[in-house]
Parts: sequence; structure tokens; C-alpha cells
Amino acid sequence: MTETTLGGLAAGGRSSSEGDASTLLTPAEIVRERTLANDRPIITPEPAKVEVKGLSVFYGSFRALAQVDLTVPEKRITAIIGPSGCGKSTLLRSLNRMNDLTPTARIEGTVLLDDEDIYGPQADVVDIRRRVGMVFQRPNPFPKSIYDNVAYGPRLYGIRRRSELDDMVEFSLKQAALWDDVKDKLHQSGMALSGGQQQRMCIARALAVEPEVVLMDEPASALDPVATMRIEDLMQDLKQAYTIVIVTHNMQQAARVSDFTGMMMMRDDRAGELIEFDETEKIFTRPKDQRTEDYVTGRFG
Amino acid sequence: MTVGVSIDDRGRPRIRTQSGHMRRRVVNAVVLGLTGLLTLLALVPLFWIIGYVVYRGGQYINLDFFLHMPTPLGVAGGGVLHAIQGTIILTVLSAIFAMPPGVLAGVFASRNPQHPLAIAVRFSTDVLSGVPSIVVGLFGYALVVKQQGHFSALAGGIALAILMLPIIIRTTEEMVNLVPKTLREGSLALGASEWKTTVSVVLPAAANGLITGFLLGLARASGETAPLLFTALGNERLDAWRMVSSGLAAGQNPIAVIIRLIEQPVDSLPLTLFKYSQQPYPERIDQAWAVALVLMILVLFVNIVSRLWVEYRSAKLQG
Repeated sequence: MTETTLGGLAAGGRSSSEGDASTLLTPAEIVRERTLANDRPIITPEPAKVEVKGLSVFYGSFRALAQVDLTVPEKRITAIIGPSGCGKSTLLRSLNRMNDLTPTARIEGTVLLDDEDIYGPQADVVDIRRRVGMVFQRPNPFPKSIYDNVAYGPRLYGIRRRSELDDMVEFSLKQAALWDDVKDKLHQSGMALSGGQQQRMCIARALAVEPEVVLMDEPASALDPVATMRIEDLMQDLKQAYTIVIVTHNMQQAARVSDFTGMMMMRDDRAGELIEFDETEKIFTRPKDQRTEDYVTGRFG
Repeated sequence: MTVGVSIDDRGRPRIRTQSGHMRRRVVNAVVLGLTGLLTLLALVPLFWIIGYVVYRGGQYINLDFFLHMPTPLGVAGGGVLHAIQGTIILTVLSAIFAMPPGVLAGVFASRNPQHPLAIAVRFSTDVLSGVPSIVVGLFGYALVVKQQGHFSALAGGIALAILMLPIIIRTTEEMVNLVPKTLREGSLALGASEWKTTVSVVLPAAANGLITGFLLGLARASGETAPLLFTALGNERLDAWRMVSSGLAAGQNPIAVIIRLIEQPVDSLPLTLFKYSQQPYPERIDQAWAVALVLMILVLFVNIVSRLWVEYRSAKLQG
């Protein structure tokens, strides 16, 4: 586990020490800096972890997502950016079938996780949600102790022995870079932690069921800059072991942390579509689509 | 200068007011005084009732009054132990009968708000909470007393449970609705079932509100008289504690002892208060006032303990 440093904010890497100055950089400057620091993804092809093919999502008669094709590479961070209401969260939530919870939601197309259709007749939604974890916009600690929050998932899957649970809790909290903060107060309420700590506890809770993919729906939008920076650093550590998909409003954040970026837009009929997908560096420096360029350079309203 | 808008030398509109806002201050003072006065007026009956009950009942209350069974008229001393025990038995019974179905119905209605069954639940709780309690008593009479051929604590508990049910269903539904959606999603996203999510995340998160609702229901039930007239009837000779302890000492099956107990007619504090107050003997009237005081203390005690518990619990959660 690498230690988190304030300087890490600059370019998502750990080389820079400009600290807060980076928040003034444009996304394009951020990715150029990362390129200079050699913090670029190893060039494709990486194995595809998740493949979305012709995905449309409907809420009743309203089409929220139209014909999305997306390949999420394994053990990389993939960012989804775009204006409000363009279907970013809908796309994310269809990757672990959270849309099932909306009674009127209906999907067309396929989502493959390791080449298996998660909406297929053989698919087991419990297993899918174990393999594809989720972190939400606002920290959502359960009204339980820190230990019981993190042990919630393992217990769901039948782990009962105390020593095994202890191991899972410690390992997950260490992965979420929270262990040192809470190791002496594991049995205090999770709701007593600060916002940033709560969010890292929620990440630990998601990691405790050993997911393969972690979906993050604007995980830092409710946090202050320092807590945001720690979450971003954490994501860099986590991508060694997990495939991460992050939805974010914040283009600087996408430029700092992600290896690949998908740009979403709303069509005239208000359905969201993925208009461009590429390496993050290309999206922010030489996008192919004019609308992407307008958006990442701030010309879009 | 009158109130209005004038244009200043830079061409901006400016609000002109009377100097010192005299009118506004006067209106403010008058309204403030009026609200204070009416608040005091609303408190008068409250303190009057409490004060008078304490004054009348306090003279006849002592430790024996809590610890002894009633004595025959003319024999000094004696208490209302039977009614305190009976109230506890009836309240516990009604809680056992009303809480599980009430909580489940409330959770169901909250989780499936458009389901025909949920709409039916909502409608019938509205109707049920408007049914006069004496009608519920008659229902308990027809349902249990008539079938069994005798009055019993069981019948009383069922009647009180019916009275509590709408309060518990409504509170549960509202409190479960208040639990943030993201909390449920956090659990579901880990692969938990709806059921598991409800039991281990949603209900604990709603616990404080649920407890408050239960206590409102219990307070209502423990103060009821009318439904008990037809069901629990009253029983001045039953010492429940002695019956249970001697039964257990004789090596009887605890469940059999409990069943035998709830098959008995029992008294309750409001029932005793009602019956004593109708008797022509001054000492019974005095005892009725004392019973009123005991009832008030009991309800207050439950209230305070539960509030402290809720506060302790949320303090522990907030760290």
C-alpha cells in the first residue's frame, strides 16, 4: 500500500509536488503533464473486462440510454464524463443491474462480464453484484459499527468465523487506506467518521466481497478537496487489482485519474449516448468529435 | 416621509421606510405577547389536571398501594397491585399481537406503495383508527369471549392490539420511507436480498422513529378502558405474580403457566379507575384518584425511559 501524499493531487501520479496549483490546470494540461511523467496507460489491447453492446435503457416509455457500445479494459480506470442528465449514472447502474430496482426500467442490448451476459437467463444477480461492486455519490454508512459495516458483505456470503471476518475487515480497510485511522475504534459507529473516512469505509465495504469491478458514481462529489485527493490516490492503488469505472462531473478529475474516458451526450430526444471513447489523453487533447472538444475545453454550456 | 420607493441620485430605486420602523415594532410586540398569552392558556388545563390528580391522589398513595392486593371495603390499607400487573400483562400481550403484523404491513406498504394490497392497507388503517374503541371491544367480545365462553386477558390483549395496529402500521411506513434510498442501495449493491436489506439496514436506520411509534401505540392502549369492559372484564382477586411463581415453584411447565394466566380475566388501571369512581364509598373514590396518579406516573415513566434510550442510542451512533 503506497502512502497518500498531498502532491499526488497534481497529475494523479505521485511525482509532482505542485499541490493545489493543479486545480487551476485545464484537463488538457493535466493529461499532458501525466504524459510527461510517463503516467500513461500501457498501450492497448488490454483484455476487456466488461463489454457493453447496443445497450438501451428505458424508464417506462422514456428512453434514457440509446445504443451504447463500450469496452471497459481490465485493471484500468475508465471515466465516464458528460453534462448532467446525459445518462452517465444510468449506464453505470446497468453494469451491476442496479436498474433492476427501478420497477419501470427495461433494457435492450447486452452487457458482458468476462464474456457472460449479465442480463442472460443464466445470470445470477446476487453473484453479479458481488463481482461488480458499487460506491455511491454520498457516503452511505449503515447504522452499525465500522467493523460491522465492512463485515456486512462477507457475512452475506456466509462467513461466520470471527478470525476469518477479522482478516477480511483488516484487509479491506487497509486496501481502502483507512486501517490506520480506525484500527483502534473498529466497534464505534461508522456514522461518526468524517465524510472522507465514511466514503473510504464504503469503499472498504465494497472491496470486502472481493469484487472484480468497482463502479464509482461521483465518489468524491460530496467531499472536500483533501478527501477527494485521498480517494483519487486510492483509486490509483486499487487499479492494480480491480477494474474501475468512475462517473464524474469533474473533468479535471477524469483527466487526473483515468486511463480511458468515455464522453456522453444527450440527444435531441433526451436519450443519452456515448459519442466518443478513447484513451484519456486523446479525449482531452485531440478528441475526434467536435462536441467532445467543445465540452472538454469548456465551450459547452 | 411616507413609505414608498424613490429613485436616488444614481438612478437606483430605494425603499423608503418610516423612521425607526415604529409600526413594525408595535405589531411585533403585540403578536409576540399574544402568542405567549395563548401558549400559557393552552398549558393551564394540562397543569390543572396534573396538579389536581397529584393533589387528590397523592394523599392516598404510598408504597403499599403499589405492592398489595385490594382489601375488602372497610378494611384499611390495600393497593392496586392486581391492576398494575394486569396493565402490564395486557400491554405486553397487545404489543406481541400488534407489532409483528404491524411492522410487516408497514414495510410492505412502504416498499410497494402502488401495490393494491398496500393501498388496501393504507385505507383500512385510516378506517381502523377512526373506529370507536368500544366497538373494538365488542369485536373482541364476539371474536374471543363468546367463542371461549369466558372473559380473559387474551381477549383484552387482542382488542388493544387492534387499537394499536393502525398507529404501528402508519409509523412504520412513514419511518421506512424516511430511510435514504442510497442506504438500501448500498446493501443491495453488495448482493443482499430485499428482505435482508430491510431487516439489517433499513429497520435499524428507522429504529428511533419506530420506537416512538410503538410507544405512542402502547400509551394509547394502556390508557384504554372501553374495549376492556367487554374483554378483560376486571379481576380483583388475581395476583398474577403469585400465580406464576407458585406454578413455577410447583414445577409446572412455564408455557402452561403463562397460558393459564392469560386465560384469566384481569384488571387494568383505567378499568379499576372507572369501577372505583362509580362506587358510593368515599374510600373507593379516594383510591380512584390514587389510581389515576399511578396511571399517569406509569405512562410518564415509560415515556422518559424510552426517550433516554433513544437519545443514548443516537448518541452512540453519531459517535
